[in-house]
Amino acid sequence: MTDDPRPAYADVVVGDELAPLILTLQRADLVRYAGASGDFNPIHWNQRFAVSVGLPDVIAHGMLTMASAGRVVTDWVVDPGAVLEYGVRFTRPVVVPDDDEGATVEISGSVSEKLDDNRVRVTLVARSGGVTVLGKAQAVVRLR
Amino acid sequence: MALNLDYEGRSYPAGPVYEVGVEKLREFARAIGDTNPAYHDAAAARALGHADVLAPPTFVMIITMAATGAVIGDPGLGLDYTRVVHGEQRFAYTRPLMAGDKVRVVVTLESLRVAAGNDMVTARSDVTDEHGEHVVTTWGTLVARGTATSQEQS
Repeated sequence: MTDDPRPAYADVVVGDELAPLILTLQRADLVRYAGASGDFNPIHWNQRFAVSVGLPDVIAHGMLTMASAGRVVTDWVVDPGAVLEYGVRFTRPVVVPDDDEGATVEISGSVSEKLDDNRVRVTLVARSGGVTVLGKAQAVVRLR
Repeated sequence: MALNLDYEGRSYPAGPVYEVGVEKLREFARAIGDTNPAYHDAAAARALGHADVLAPPTFVMIITMAATGAVIGDPGLGLDYTRVVHGEQRFAYTRPLMAGDKVRVVVTLESLRVAAGNDMVTARSDVTDEHGEHVVTTWGTLVARGTATSQEQS
């Protein structure tokens, strides 16, 4: 058996903050995610279509934002197999303009509850353009 | 188009087997910008105690989205897919999904409701491996904006 790299349950207290992540999403990232995920909804790559259905511009896949936010959790636990539950609400779209900057998403997380069986709940906050883009974003992970 | 609330609780038979391939896992991990070695390298995954390269927690959405797509396109359900946005998503794992898994998905329309003029459908996808053992259940809530008609409830 190799050394278990997960944080030790006994060492974790409610309020512990996880290393935050600042993410830049450009149109090319959305195209790459569309290809990898098979989600080719044109609201994620076609501005003309996005505007025609009432969106301000092309928006990121909610699942790309969710996957990216999940990195804050998996980077912390090191072993992605420690993730038992993960859920979010998609509260506002991440609008990705057709420029060299793209959109910035800031993701932070903290331990919000210690559960039984070495499990803890982590609550995530994801913001883009000054507003939260995920709600009720929580993961349950099993620590060492 | 009105959401047919009688469809609540309906389950659909599993579709074809999905075989989780290592290159697809690596491609997906690259697309989400995640360099965690467990998503790329079998030796790294084994060092963590897993049999093979792991899927990122949201990867299974590729499999369940395909299964759910067939269900929500059921004309009898009456969901206007042209107005759908993704409202919520949740995953609950029994064990991590990994390369080499051959999985099937059973989709159940767990909750259908009409609220504030929106049709809301929560589809549960139960993912099992080739031994019939549970791997993960996902819940996806789709919201069709402003489509509710005379069925509208408060």
